[in-house]
Amino acid sequence: MAHLRPRSWGEALALRAAHPEAVPVSGGTDLMVRMNLAGHRPAALLDLSAVPGLAEWSDRSAWIRVGPAMTYTAMVRDLAEHAPALARASRGVGSPQIRNRGTIGGNLGTASPAGDCHPALLATRATIEVESVRGERLLPAREFYLGPRRSMLAPDELIKGVLIPKATAPQEFAKVGARNAMVIAVGSFALALHADEQRVGTGIGSAAPTPVIAGAAERYLDAELADGDYWEKRRPLPDVVHRRFAELVVTAADPIDDIRSTAAYRRHALGVLAYRALRWCWTDFLKGWR
Amino acid sequence: MNVTLTVNGEPRTAEGVRVHENLLHLLRARLGLTGAKNACEQGECGSCTVRMDGRAVCACLVPAGQAEGADIRTVEGLAGEDRLSATQACFLRAGAVQCGFCTPGLLMSLGELLDEDPDPGEDVVRERIAGNLCRCTGYQKIVEAARLAASRPPGA
Repeated sequence: MAHLRPRSWGEALALRAAHPEAVPVSGGTDLMVRMNLAGHRPAALLDLSAVPGLAEWSDRSAWIRVGPAMTYTAMVRDLAEHAPALARASRGVGSPQIRNRGTIGGNLGTASPAGDCHPALLATRATIEVESVRGERLLPAREFYLGPRRSMLAPDELIKGVLIPKATAPQEFAKVGARNAMVIAVGSFALALHADEQRVGTGIGSAAPTPVIAGAAERYLDAELADGDYWEKRRPLPDVVHRRFAELVVTAADPIDDIRSTAAYRRHALGVLAYRALRWCWTDFLKGWR
Repeated sequence: MNVTLTVNGEPRTAEGVRVHENLLHLLRARLGLTGAKNACEQGECGSCTVRMDGRAVCACLVPAGQAEGADIRTVEGLAGEDRLSATQACFLRAGAVQCGFCTPGLLMSLGELLDEDPDPGEDVVRERIAGNLCRCTGYQKIVEAARLAASRPPGA
C-alpha cells in the first residue's frame, strides 16, 4: 500500500492515470472510517491535500466555481449568498471536526445516496468538472449519480471543480435525523427557485439508491407558477399547491427499510420536508428576496 | 514511511508509519502522546480531537501521511511548566471534569472556538461541542467552563 502525494494538479492526474486502483483522499472523513473499522485496505492512497488551490472558490459572474477540496466549514462561511442550499446543507454535516475536514469533492467522489451536498447540487442544476490525462469533461449533476457509491467518474478521472449557478431567489435544504449533529440523513430535500428562468429545481437524498430529482413535482410547480403568474405578481401560493407538490416529491422517492429508518417513515418525512421547503422559499420570495 | 511534523511546537519524526495508519495512532503509539483518546475510531465521539494547522479535527480520521509538514497541537501542549491553561483551569473550577476521557478533545474543540470568538454565547458553545461526547457530566458544567473561560480577561 502506497501513499501517493502529488504536489501539483498535473502530477495528480498523471498518478491517477498510472494508479487507477488508488483511492483519492482529501479530508478522509469517509474513507478513514472504512479503513479504521472495516479493515478496508486500498492498494494505494492518492492524497490530494498537498495540491495547491483546490480549496478555493471563485466568482464567474452568473456562476460560482467551487474547488473540490473546499471544506464544509468554508462553504458555510463563504457560500451562503450565492449557494444558500449548499451552505445550509454544509452546516448540518457531521460535527465541527468533520466539517473542518470533509469536502465537496469527497462527497461527490463517494457518491453516497445520503451525502448532504447532492440534493443542493441537483436542485441548483450544478455541473461537475472532471479531468484526466485524456482531457476534461463537464458533467451535469443530474446525470452524475449512477448507483450507491457509483458515479460517472471514470477510474482515471479526478473531480476538478463544481460550477453552481448563482442563486437568484430563495433556496432551502432540510434533513431529518435522530439529532441535530452527527447524523447520516434519514431523508433530505433541497429546493431552489430559479427566478430568472422562472423554474424550480429539487433534490432528494437518502430516499433512493442515488440522490434523485423530483421531476413530476418540478413540472407541476413550474406549470402552477406560470399559469397563475406567481413569479411576476409575487402572490401567496395556495396551500393546496404546497400539498400537491409534496405528494409529487414523495412519488419520486424509492426508499428502503434500514438501520436508520423505515421506508414508510422516509416517505412521510420527505413529504413534510418538501412542504416546508416550498413554504419557506415562497415566503422569503414574497418578502422580496433580492 | 517516515512522517515529519510539528507537534506542540517541536519538530518530530515518526518512523515506519504504515499507509493505513491514522494520525491518532501516530501520536499515541509512535510519539507517546496519549492525551488524545482513542474510542470510536469513526469521528463520532471527538475524544481524539487535536488541532491540525489550527483547525479542530478528529485525529482518527486523518491519514497519518497527510500530517507530513502539518502543525499539530494536542492537549499536552496546553499547560505551561507548572500552570494550567486558562480553559483547563476553568474546567476544574466549574467541575467540568468527571472521568476525564472526553476532556482533552473538548479542550481542543473549545480552543478553536475561543481563538475565533473570545466571547461565544451558550448556543455557539453547544453547537461547537456537538461532536464531542461526554457520558458523565450532561454537558452543563462543560458549557459553564467554556463561558467562564470566555469571560476571563485576555492572558488571565
